[in-house]
Amino acid sequence: MQELRDILGPTLFYYAFSPAIKIAVVVFVGVLPLISYLVLAERKILGFIQVRTGPNRVGPWGLFQPIADIMKLLVKEDVIPNKAVKWAFVLAPCLVVGPAFVIFAVIPFGPSAAQTGGGLDYFITDVNIGVLFVVALATIGVYGIIIGGWSSNSKFSLLGGLRSAAQMISYEVPQGFSLVIPLLMAGTMSLQGIVGAQLEQGRWFLFAFFPFGLIAFMIYLIAGVAESNRNPFDLPEAESELVAGFHTEYTGMRFALFFLGEYANMIVISAVAVTLFLGGWARPFPNVEALSFLDASFLPAGLVGVLWFSLKLSVFLFVYIWFRGTFPRYRFDQLMDLGWKWLIPLSLVTLFAVGLWKVLLL
Amino acid sequence: MEWADFTAGRTGDLHGRAIREMTNTTNTRRDTLFDVEEMELNFGPQHPSTHGVLRLKLKVDGERIVDCYPIIGYLHRGTEKLFELHPFFQNVPHTDRLDYVAAATNNLAYVGAVEKLIGLVVPPRARYIRTILCELQRISSHLLWLATHAIDIGAMTPFFYCFREREIILDLFEEYCGARLTLNCMRPGGQPFDLPVGWGERCAEFLDDFPSKIDEYEGLLTNNRIWKKRTVGVGVLPADLAQEYGVTGPMLRASGVQWDIRKAMPYEAYGDVEFDIPVTYNGDTYDRYLVRMEEMRQSVRIVEQCLDKLPDGLIMAKSPRVLKAPKQSDAYFSIEGPKGEIGFYLVGDGTPNPHRCRVRAPSFMNLQVVPILAKDQLLADMVAVLGTTDIVLGEVDR
Repeated sequence: MQELRDILGPTLFYYAFSPAIKIAVVVFVGVLPLISYLVLAERKILGFIQVRTGPNRVGPWGLFQPIADIMKLLVKEDVIPNKAVKWAFVLAPCLVVGPAFVIFAVIPFGPSAAQTGGGLDYFITDVNIGVLFVVALATIGVYGIIIGGWSSNSKFSLLGGLRSAAQMISYEVPQGFSLVIPLLMAGTMSLQGIVGAQLEQGRWFLFAFFPFGLIAFMIYLIAGVAESNRNPFDLPEAESELVAGFHTEYTGMRFALFFLGEYANMIVISAVAVTLFLGGWARPFPNVEALSFLDASFLPAGLVGVLWFSLKLSVFLFVYIWFRGTFPRYRFDQLMDLGWKWLIPLSLVTLFAVGLWKVLLL
Repeated sequence: MEWADFTAGRTGDLHGRAIREMTNTTNTRRDTLFDVEEMELNFGPQHPSTHGVLRLKLKVDGERIVDCYPIIGYLHRGTEKLFELHPFFQNVPHTDRLDYVAAATNNLAYVGAVEKLIGLVVPPRARYIRTILCELQRISSHLLWLATHAIDIGAMTPFFYCFREREIILDLFEEYCGARLTLNCMRPGGQPFDLPVGWGERCAEFLDDFPSKIDEYEGLLTNNRIWKKRTVGVGVLPADLAQEYGVTGPMLRASGVQWDIRKAMPYEAYGDVEFDIPVTYNGDTYDRYLVRMEEMRQSVRIVEQCLDKLPDGLIMAKSPRVLKAPKQSDAYFSIEGPKGEIGFYLVGDGTPNPHRCRVRAPSFMNLQVVPILAKDQLLADMVAVLGTTDIVLGEVDR
């Protein structure tokens, strides 16, 4: 590393390697284990909901199940169908996973060094167009699914790909609008800045401009579930209709990549929701002195931020899993109805109302 | 058949209006800008929601089903021919394998036909035991239907709840006759076994508990907005069409036809017990769901009454060791199975074997309307329609 730095010079080294290494560390140390244990948690929670035990054979309480699963998927035969379009078939899973992981670069899962007075920055980078970056990258994931569905040369895959194209594009619109509302409230696009604004104003944006913050949050939540193809909006991979939807023909690690992508997306969407609406890494009611014991000042401030962030994140992830245990699946046309007839107009109205409020009353 | 007429004549209640709206939106053919070609989609025989080995050749225009053509025969085992090769007694196990999730009712339809053919009079205790077994079987069959139907529509959890209760029923069966699915639990002339000691109490315990479990399933589904959106107005089966196609069972009653053989031509102990036949009038998937849920409740009532009234006495009629049908005799006996009217037509020729056996399988008849119900619906509705017809391929193909 030191040699590389000498060769490239500090500036080039910084731009070329530093973010990449940080992302790699966050993804491999933080996100991948989180995903694999999220899968385990999902199976355990679903098991609890469905009066069964869930995985309990590998290790105590099935704790090593994710490792066994990953091993299995890694050594499985990788089949590429004869008439598949090979390059697209290979590219598709990468397109789903890559962007989902890169989004973690802008998510502040803890306070910055400046805010805690030295120490670590608990985020990879603080882009001043953070929200835009998130939306832009999240959109790329759709291509992976469409390409995967199309290139498999299977009718079920094709239908799944078509469904996801329509679904994700229509739900990106209300999602985008609902993301603009916190921007209006905060006056910045940087995710770290939005958390800072919530700290400053002393309230989560969920409760700001009541009830518009709440409405925006609900729209974001619904659109987010649809974006990540989870129940009750899991139409692209609807098992009972399309066998497995866009990943019908995928096996082994390629299938696992789609799987990883779905869960990474779940985490990303939850993380963005936490950051934008639930005060990010800040404790509840950050301005109320009486609750300052929640800051747990005997711990490093950054760590406490990370803890609060993870707590809020896990609530979201639990809600996702809870949905899956409770709801039937929407039909394709009903999904479009919900998106275009309800969510988009509602998000526009909310956006307009918040804007008006901001201009007239503040 | 004008579907629009059928829905337009409906009173303006919310349910009817929802049906009208939905049939309107899905029935209109869109004008297309470009030439479109329909895609042929092979739905099954290896598909998660064809419930066995049904194959449907679908013509789809995007997600909309233009044409549906069921292809059966992947589970054909020549059961009707097999009946001719064995004596009357030995044919009972074959009937288990027709509708393999409702063996007791198949048994009853067959042994009933044999008894009618030969003229055996079944002792009352055996008749009550048969009724109890059949109604438990109806519950377990409906539970399996609900489980798979719900999972087809995407609700995962009811599946496990239903299997939890079905397990108890299967345990009861196992205790009675040693088998859980292929029961072989009836004989021409009576019952092979009496109820085991304590069986009635264990059964009553289950029956006490079960209605609350039905509430649990209904809590998850009945008023669930998504469930209603997926089922209300989907696969509307008008009453006259249902009758033309010989549709029976809950499918017919959900279309508003009050026909249940248990009431119309009471057999076994059904004349002695009080129960209601649920009927609904919209004929859509949601109504069929409601009918079956209520039928489970009524089955609980029937079994409870049968257990209370269970008479003492013989369980087997005095019958010759080898049953021989009279020469040139025939008999048709049908009962109300969980899926509809299941009947056996037997021809005797003076030998211990039936000369010919014909099974009137409700699944087979009910399957005939699937292409009509699925036409112009979306692909997702295909699954709902297939689930709501509650077919078992063992019975369709025989």
